[in-house]
Amino acid sequence: MKILVCISHVPDTTSKINFTNNDAEFDKNGVQFVINPYDEFCLTRAMWFKEKQGASVTVVNVGGAETEPTLRKALAIGADDAIRINAEPTDGFLVAKELAEVVKNGGFDLVLAGKESADYNGQMVPGMLASLTDFNFVNGCVEIEVEGTNVNAKREIDGGAETLATTLPLVVGGQKGIVEEKDLRIPNMRGIMMARKKPLQVVEASGANASTNIQTYEKPAPKGAVKLVDADNLDELINLLHNEAKVI
Amino acid sequence: MSVLVFADSTDGKFKKTAFEVVSYGKKVAEQLGENVVVLTINAADSSELHKYGAEKVLAVSNDSLATFNAKQYATVVQQAAAKENASVVIVDSSIDGLYLAPLVAVSLEAGYASNVVAAPSSTSPFTVKRKAFSNKAFSNTVISTDNKVIGLAKNSFGIHESQVEGTVEAFEAEVAASGVTSENIERVTGKVTIADADTVVSAGRGLKGPENWGMVEELAEVLGAATACSKPVSDLGWRPHGEHVGQTGKPVASNLYIAIGISGAIQHLAGINASKVKVVINTDPEAPFFKAADYGVVGDAFEVVPKLIEKLKAFKAA
Ligand SMILES: Cc1cc2nc3c(=O)[nH]c(=O)nc-3n(C[C@H](O)[C@H](O)[C@H](O)COP(=O)(O)OP(=O)(O)OC[C@H]3O[C@@H](n4cnc5c(N)ncnc54)[C@H](O)[C@@H]3O)c2cc1C
Ligand SMILES: Nc1ncnc2c1ncn2[C@@H]1O[C@H](COP(=O)(O)O)[C@@H](O)[C@H]1O
Repeated sequence: MKILVCISHVPDTTSKINFTNNDAEFDKNGVQFVINPYDEFCLTRAMWFKEKQGASVTVVNVGGAETEPTLRKALAIGADDAIRINAEPTDGFLVAKELAEVVKNGGFDLVLAGKESADYNGQMVPGMLASLTDFNFVNGCVEIEVEGTNVNAKREIDGGAETLATTLPLVVGGQKGIVEEKDLRIPNMRGIMMARKKPLQVVEASGANASTNIQTYEKPAPKGAVKLVDADNLDELINLLHNEAKVI
Repeated sequence: MSVLVFADSTDGKFKKTAFEVVSYGKKVAEQLGENVVVLTINAADSSELHKYGAEKVLAVSNDSLATFNAKQYATVVQQAAAKENASVVIVDSSIDGLYLAPLVAVSLEAGYASNVVAAPSSTSPFTVKRKAFSNKAFSNTVISTDNKVIGLAKNSFGIHESQVEGTVEAFEAEVAASGVTSENIERVTGKVTIADADTVVSAGRGLKGPENWGMVEELAEVLGAATACSKPVSDLGWRPHGEHVGQTGKPVASNLYIAIGISGAIQHLAGINASKVKVVINTDPEAPFFKAADYGVVGDAFEVVPKLIEKLKAFKAA
């Protein structure tokens, strides 16, 4: 089985978000970039397929040269090889179109992507990729087993879970549950050394057009100070929630 | 030309987000000078939607669409869009809406803006405000394609009544091969889900252990709320994973969010910031949550919460 894991290179979850150039650009100054948390779950699940079922694992990113350390980290965790598609990921549809080229040309059976990226939170790339390649698609996936070309998966639904049956080739939008937090892998020294020698191929973009573009960014309006209510005066809290906030 | 809204239902009943997307569709149609057409699939009573401005409803009734299937639903939406000559399609941001919308976008070759929080600020160029960076910011995004798909963030635009005399028309759509089959659905019944809840009562590691969640559930029951928890609480197995909220868990966009014994780490806040009113109960006045909250009580949850339950019961009874 040939697995492709889509890796989005995103600001660390604790990053302060600021903008420059008249709020038209995200300020990358001092921001630490990491593998998107959902993609990390997917990468670990891919490693299990590799170890238990003899799959090969390729990681891919659509981005500029600055994302290569993130791909190297994925190689250090255990992926076999990496592809960087050289394009600015300005729009989810564009990213999906570029990824679709790699998927079609690479003969992949299973594509694991995160259900959402922590930067633009598009929640669109996996679904679009599935449609463009005509692969089956499971989103919000919390469990997956593959036997031959048969797939059993579970996805999260509002208030529960749904068990699904499908077949390869398949695109998955994965999240926690596909593996657990404790299963996530941190690259060790040996992995980091080996990653340096693993192939990282840069492919030129096919030149897909963006269908959306961001004009400006805004920050949420600053919030007023919290109103503290004395623990012995909870009637006041109820009063405020009822009369002022009108939420109870 | 028209604006097409997909109003989703479960077991024949509209989700609350259905009324919000219809309200939103009505607004966008007004801005564009077009009509709003609403698509429903196996809804029991589609005429309910006229109250929110749906001039025309296309009602699909088809047993092979009994359970949600993204690919099949997407082809139905596409056929409805073609029939109505719709260039703007609006979908909610429920788990199913988020599954569906990207497939619709590809089939219509449409630019897709997800997590939209307001009516377009301009229709030419077509510009919408979206959440970005896990609720830490917004982007003003232009959709430049002729066809457009909008995913409306929950509880952002609100439900607005504007009764119209509308029509309901049966719509026969061809159903595509599914590719993915539903084998089993487990759903907790009789409990408010985080996705649907107006109020969410959430608790963190400050509660010390799973045996102490009785009061959290009781508070939730008094308020008709859903229960939620911080990430460590679900990682420790004190509460089910489905309750984990935050940046890497479920998003919360309720009217009221009550956080008990939760410190307010940036990753937690990122997932619940979209809630309108936040209340924190914490022993530590320095807990970061107090900076993000609207109302706060500095105190021990084991004393405050039982008292609050009693007072709320009295308030509800009055
Ligand atoms: C990549 C990444 C992603 C993450 N994603 C998420 C996420 O999605 N959601 C999430 O929640 N976290 C997430 N986290 C974890 C987050 O950083 C915090 O560790 C977590 O939110 C803390 O949970 P907590 O507030 O329950 O526990 P703690 O930080 O331990 O806080 C407990 C609080 O309870 C208070 N307390 C103690 N006793 C009492 C009492 N008797 N009465 C009242 N208050 C009391 C304490 O003062 C303290 O403020 C993520 C972390 C990382 C690195
Ligand atoms: N630039 C990118 N390169 C590779 N994969 C990506 C990129 N952007 C998004 N993805 C994948 O698509 C998933 C969902 O992203 P999004 O649709 O942007 O929220 C991510 O978790 C990644 O797996």
